[in-house]
Amino acid sequence: MSPQRMPRHRTLQWPMLVWLTLVWLMLWRDFTLGNAVSGFLVALGVCLFFPLPPLRMHLRVRPVALVWLLVRFLWDVVVSSLLVAKATLGPTKNLRNAVVEVNLKTPSDFVLTVVAEMICLIPGSLAVEARRSTHTVFFHAFDVRDEAGVEIFRQRVLAQERRVVRAFGTHIAHLEEASS
Amino acid sequence: MTVVLYLCAGMLGLAALLLLARMTMGPTMLDRTVALDVLTAVGICALALEAALHRNTTTLPILLVLTLLGFVGSVSIARFSRGSDDIEAEDSES
Amino acid sequence: MNWTTVADVIAAACMLSGATLALIAAIGVLRLPDLLSRMHAATKPQVLGLLLVLTGLGFRLRDPEAIGVLVLVGLFQLFTSPVANHMVGRASFRAGQVDHDRLIVDELSDCLPQMEEPRGAP
Repeated sequence: MSPQRMPRHRTLQWPMLVWLTLVWLMLWRDFTLGNAVSGFLVALGVCLFFPLPPLRMHLRVRPVALVWLLVRFLWDVVVSSLLVAKATLGPTKNLRNAVVEVNLKTPSDFVLTVVAEMICLIPGSLAVEARRSTHTVFFHAFDVRDEAGVEIFRQRVLAQERRVVRAFGTHIAHLEEASS
Repeated sequence: MTVVLYLCAGMLGLAALLLLARMTMGPTMLDRTVALDVLTAVGICALALEAALHRNTTTLPILLVLTLLGFVGSVSIARFSRGSDDIEAEDSES
Repeated sequence: MNWTTVADVIAAACMLSGATLALIAAIGVLRLPDLLSRMHAATKPQVLGLLLVLTGLGFRLRDPEAIGVLVLVGLFQLFTSPVANHMVGRASFRAGQVDHDRLIVDELSDCLPQMEEPRGAP
């Protein structure tokens, strides 16, 4: 948080309030008006008493790219689940792993978080360390045999970053600059 | 349907036994934490099977509680177990 | 052959594959040689296996209120499991419990000592 404390009402963010109210409604399994009002009050209290620094993300969601991101993500999850299952059931004596350093191209905490989280959800890879200052993430990759496998893994992470940036459209200029 | 569900229950039971074996053997605290995490997921699956078998919805809040409990459990163990492991633990950030 | 039968069949298929994935994960946790490999096996039931079981349960119950809770369980699991795995992986790496013979490339250990920047909450 910045040295000068920001006023309390600045910590109220509409998406957060709506999301918390929705969670409250789903928890009660009772979609009535009174319940929505009480959920909104609880969300207001949570946001006031546990303030979070506002995320500086100027999201511009592109629906087509977002759908592609999700479809591709599900596909990756299924495929790599099967791969990890195969490696698990096969011989495990000479199983080799790798710790790979990936430098993300976009200087944004939001993109870093989303990419690391999605890569972690895909079986066979795991974020071990992350550095905010240089936007570097260290991934542990499962069942990588040689240097070529390391490079393939790195390219997979960068492709995931590209898809995330295309879907949310924050730093698309950085991306084109880096790829050209 | 019932036969399939009993088959699933058998597989989950076997999985729970294997995980208990890992929890007993596991050389470090973190191995046990991972096994406990998977055991929680297996428990969630088992409760879901029960709900599907009898078609009741009373156990659904327990699923929610178990999800969050597994998360809080493994995070707190990972946070506070550093340097207190039972194999040679040389803390890299002295 | 009405649609409830179809939904039941889908539910059975989802649950069967989810339970199979959970069993494979347990085998992996028991069999694999070192902690980080085991964690890769462990992320499977929490992501795909659990989602499949929850989908199966949704098809079986066919109750919109219950589906709300199931979606919530799935979302929480998706949000929290990477964080938990990251914490455990980082703790094991820092405690020096990593089997370096099993890593063909290790780009982290070289620069770990000089990493002095504070981590955690900013």
